[in-house]
Amino acid sequence: MVSFEVNSEPVEFGGDEDTPLLWVLRDHLDLTGTRFGCGIGQCGACTVHIGGRAQRACVTPVSAVRDASITTIEGLAPDAETLHPVQQAWVEFDVPQCGYCQAGQIMATADLLRRNPAPTDDDIDREMSNICRCGTYARIRKAIHRAAELTAKGGSDAS
Amino acid sequence: MRAENTATTATLSRRQFVIAGASATGAFVIGLPAIGTAAGDERQLGYFVEILADGRVIIGSNQPEIGQGVRTALPMLIAEELDVDWDKVSIRAMPLGIVKTEDGYAWKYGGQGVGGSTGLTENWQYMREVGATARQQLIRAAAERWGVDPESCTTEPGKVVCAEIGRSLPYAELAADAAALPLPAEAPALKAMDDYRIVGKQHGSVDVRDIVTGKVRYGIDTREPNMRYAVIARCPYLNGKPESFDDSAARKVAGVLDVFEIEGPALGDPYQILASGIAVVATSTWAAIKGREALDITWNKGPDPSANSADFWKQNAAMLEGVGQVVLDDGDFNASINSADTVITHRYEVPFVNHAPLEPQNCYARVEADFCHIIAPTQMPSGASRSAAWATGLERDQIHVDFTRVGGGFGRRLTNDYVAEAALIAKKTGWPIKLQWTREDDVQHDFYRPAGLHEMRAGLAGNGKITAWTQRLASASKYYRRANMPDENLWEAELYVDDFPRRIVDNLRLEYFHNDIGVPRGSWRAPAHTANAWVVQSFIDEIAHETGQDPLQLRLDLYGSERELEYGNHGGPTFNPGRLARLLRFVAERSGYGKSLPAGHGIGLASHFTFGGYAAHAIEVSVSKSGDLSIERIVAAIDCGYAVHPNAVEAQLQGGTVDGISTALGLEITVKDGQIQQSNFHDYPLARIAAFPSRFEAHILPYDDVPTGVGEIGLPTAAPALTNAIFAASGKRIRKLPIKDQLKT
Repeated sequence: MVSFEVNSEPVEFGGDEDTPLLWVLRDHLDLTGTRFGCGIGQCGACTVHIGGRAQRACVTPVSAVRDASITTIEGLAPDAETLHPVQQAWVEFDVPQCGYCQAGQIMATADLLRRNPAPTDDDIDREMSNICRCGTYARIRKAIHRAAELTAKGGSDAS
Repeated sequence: MRAENTATTATLSRRQFVIAGASATGAFVIGLPAIGTAAGDERQLGYFVEILADGRVIIGSNQPEIGQGVRTALPMLIAEELDVDWDKVSIRAMPLGIVKTEDGYAWKYGGQGVGGSTGLTENWQYMREVGATARQQLIRAAAERWGVDPESCTTEPGKVVCAEIGRSLPYAELAADAAALPLPAEAPALKAMDDYRIVGKQHGSVDVRDIVTGKVRYGIDTREPNMRYAVIARCPYLNGKPESFDDSAARKVAGVLDVFEIEGPALGDPYQILASGIAVVATSTWAAIKGREALDITWNKGPDPSANSADFWKQNAAMLEGVGQVVLDDGDFNASINSADTVITHRYEVPFVNHAPLEPQNCYARVEADFCHIIAPTQMPSGASRSAAWATGLERDQIHVDFTRVGGGFGRRLTNDYVAEAALIAKKTGWPIKLQWTREDDVQHDFYRPAGLHEMRAGLAGNGKITAWTQRLASASKYYRRANMPDENLWEAELYVDDFPRRIVDNLRLEYFHNDIGVPRGSWRAPAHTANAWVVQSFIDEIAHETGQDPLQLRLDLYGSERELEYGNHGGPTFNPGRLARLLRFVAERSGYGKSLPAGHGIGLASHFTFGGYAAHAIEVSVSKSGDLSIERIVAAIDCGYAVHPNAVEAQLQGGTVDGISTALGLEITVKDGQIQQSNFHDYPLARIAAFPSRFEAHILPYDDVPTGVGEIGLPTAAPALTNAIFAASGKRIRKLPIKDQLKT
């Protein structure tokens, strides 16, 4: 049995402890906002926060998150009415096309801004390794800068 | 503006649109004729507009949303003509609607399917007529109630008004009466485009909030009662199959429920599914994957276990030494090439590529004795219905297809092989099944973009004018293994005869050689345009440089003034080269083309007409002495006639640019020992954000009041602009894609 916390709720998983966190979230907890893209930690569609740090859930066995606190895209915003500043910037620039990778992009950006509140373009190039197959990179870049501004202004606005 | 989150959780219990009846919530639904569909007796079918008692309006979306924005753009057309405020509108996904008639199956909600950049163009008139008809019904209902002439009434957003009697009524109060009125024989006149308040304006995607909060559901997120999970171990050998297998270890994996063989298509037959293999059914995705890993399979290596890419390319080159099928022969090519002052010849190599939509293929299927339910991410829901019918033996009217938001299309989901697989497994096991492909399945089993070797030759007069032109292509045709496809038509998928420079260069010959390899092929975003635009726009650039002409001016001279040339391929009936000239001038000027640049920098240009739309790119790169490539600036422009949903037009231009560059930089599928060599994103490296500069402009240049599609238009010119820029910066000509490390050698 592995116990941990997802979006501030206690969770217990009694299955195969090698199961990647990704599939525990998706198949067992029906938290499907965390996406399966590659299964080898390449694309980042499955990015979640484990102990506040962006990690790739597809290559993280559930045994590795024992007692950890996990945030998924469903738990990123402070409440149902309010968006996280990164989400807000994503809406403002209407970043998604198919949208499949965007939860991962947002989770990666939220962690980037926590570590580096005002990333330069070079920082973004170095830090953002998530794949967007639709090619929304031009808007992602703008939205990251905007999210940094919104965060500096004092966090999320109600929307 | 919020979308209802019903797209992928739809079940059969979900409220259906009904004609003029009270819905489950007491709201009234207006059934509208499918105006513009061919079947005359189907006019009473097709249901898009629901007006709720509180004044909100629900508009049905009948097309697959693959990221191109159709789920926003088409409802905008209805809302515009209906005359409602956009922020009162919610969107509801509609299922596949087909009805059996004496003449076969007919569309219930209009044609459904997205490919060839036609989602908007084929619905532009229809959706506006749906909205205008609903508005007219509401006006008639109000006029009847007031006892006035409908001609004396008009609408303001959400209400009918009659100035003569000084009264108005909100749509919500008229909806029930309107729904009960007989439908008009013809659609009313449409609004003047100058009066548009919604169409042509900036709007975000209707689903953006659900996407950024993780709520939106794709096919892969489907979860239905009693559902089991399946994966398939697919034969890694081209046209191979399982010889034998031992599933004893697999069956011991906790959660594994069943293991059995899935038979692939006979050699040469059209593909219903892609490959033979062994299915594993389990209680979770991970258990199914673990079960698959535990299988011990001996593969029959198929008819060509030594197939490899090196031989394929050698064969293409050898073929070009002979004489192929002449598929176009304008003027007198031989005489003009023989009398030319200068003859230039180059060969260009375009590889197989994988679609790689980020959501791997998946499908939910429930199969009963007389019923089947499919939930799939697909571009062609009608194809999903046919695939399920093939797999189950059921009639298509016994099959209900819900289609979800799709995690990337790119042409891959025009084919519904994964629907057939899911239906086969569901039928065999009796369980509702969610079939899941892994990334490895997707990279190694695809309908790849065809690969080919293009030989280009041009003859020029002493004044630099091109007098003779030929393109000779040896390739693996996309039409391989199509039903009822004669060999002499295989070229049609690879050479679009009316493309530039047809009717511009008088002596023009196109020649085709079919080279087979057991790699499945299919439609990859902008199909043959991706190869031909790169080849033609590279070759024009080479001609310019080798004859001392300016690459921009040479193109402008060839395009000439605005005029409509006959164009019989998809995207016709005409092609106006002057529209390319306009875009090219624009991107050249924006990019600073012709001005001095730092050493090691260069700007490349390209322009092309794709499926009715026009695009051009100017790309600036730098190449260091050691061969490091950096894209410094991108200027892209599209002329899609009239931009219905400009925000999505810009997005598609940006995305097409990224797709074209990413593919040119590093993507190829190769074969060795009868197997696809790549397997995941470590060796099929889609480009990441770092490859693209912050100086990345995407411009829409409106032209007239006729919209074209936009999903594929922005892609084909990105790669040639990039490789032309590399030449301008470094003197290194790229004649083989992908670029990979060619600059390092």
